[in-house]
Amino acid sequence: MPRALKLTAQALALGLVAALLALLGWRLSHDGQSPAKGPAPRFSLPRLDGSGDVELSAFRGKAVVLNFWASWCYPCKREAPELEAAWKRWRERGVVVVGVDARDFSGDAKKFGEKFDLTYPLVHDGSGTVIGDYGVTGFPETFFVDRSGHIVGDHVDGPVSRELLDRNIQLALRS
Amino acid sequence: MRLLAIAAAALFLAAPALASERHPTPAEIESEVICPVCNPETLDQSNSAIAQRMKAFIKERIAAGDTKSRIEAKLVANFGESVLASPPKKGFNLLAWVLPFVGVGLGAVALAALAWRWSRSRPRGEPGEAPARQLDPEAERRVDEALARFDG
Repeated sequence: MPRALKLTAQALALGLVAALLALLGWRLSHDGQSPAKGPAPRFSLPRLDGSGDVELSAFRGKAVVLNFWASWCYPCKREAPELEAAWKRWRERGVVVVGVDARDFSGDAKKFGEKFDLTYPLVHDGSGTVIGDYGVTGFPETFFVDRSGHIVGDHVDGPVSRELLDRNIQLALRS
Repeated sequence: MRLLAIAAAALFLAAPALASERHPTPAEIESEVICPVCNPETLDQSNSAIAQRMKAFIKERIAAGDTKSRIEAKLVANFGESVLASPPKKGFNLLAWVLPFVGVGLGAVALAALAWRWSRSRPRGEPGEAPARQLDPEAERRVDEALARFDG
């Protein structure tokens, strides 16, 4: 085999291995990583009631309580009334609660919203892209986003209490 | 005649796949769908709440006459592509199906090239015959002398 051809083949093989390693590294660094702080990943998801989409960026200037849930999740049933109460308590002061349903049948999620009389916006993450972006590993999980679109305060892994909601909402409003 | 035989064989092989597509059983879909909260278990291996719900959904859709691909499409719409145990054979996921064959093909070509090169670098001769070696002139002279003595 001519020397030049041999060198080219070796360079190609090394390049391929380096590219695969880089791809693996990128995947590992982006897989299930929770953005505990920093800009909240943007999303646009369909509302469960079918009336258009909800875009996170539309809430710029407001504090956002971002709750990830599923209708089959028992702790989600426990915290749903707390979230609804917080929405009613804070919405006049520039706070919005957004419920992101994922890994779930949208029909079941809709029934869940009706059963618990949830009036805050509920959206469905059918592809699971948003829960991937936020590194959500189970339900429920809650993030707080400040007026400038940054994640602040506690990342609540499990049902959220009134005390946690009020403390983090106040922090998100101040930031 | 030969074409007819090939067509009959193709039909014979395709028939079960077509039947499975049109009239799937719950068991076969449950073994091809991942439980979204107990990954990597498939539905048939899980008894979690969502797995039970998904199994009920599959039975409902089969009873309603949905095809296998239609049921899987509905599951993907609600749970994402990761719910399928095997990636769909389209788009970027096609790579997962094609790359192993490409790898095997490239390996075969590399092996064939190496074998060809190896066979060409070996000295030619009859099979079983020891390879001819060049002796240096001094050794050759000594061999000739020894042979001459032997003959004499």
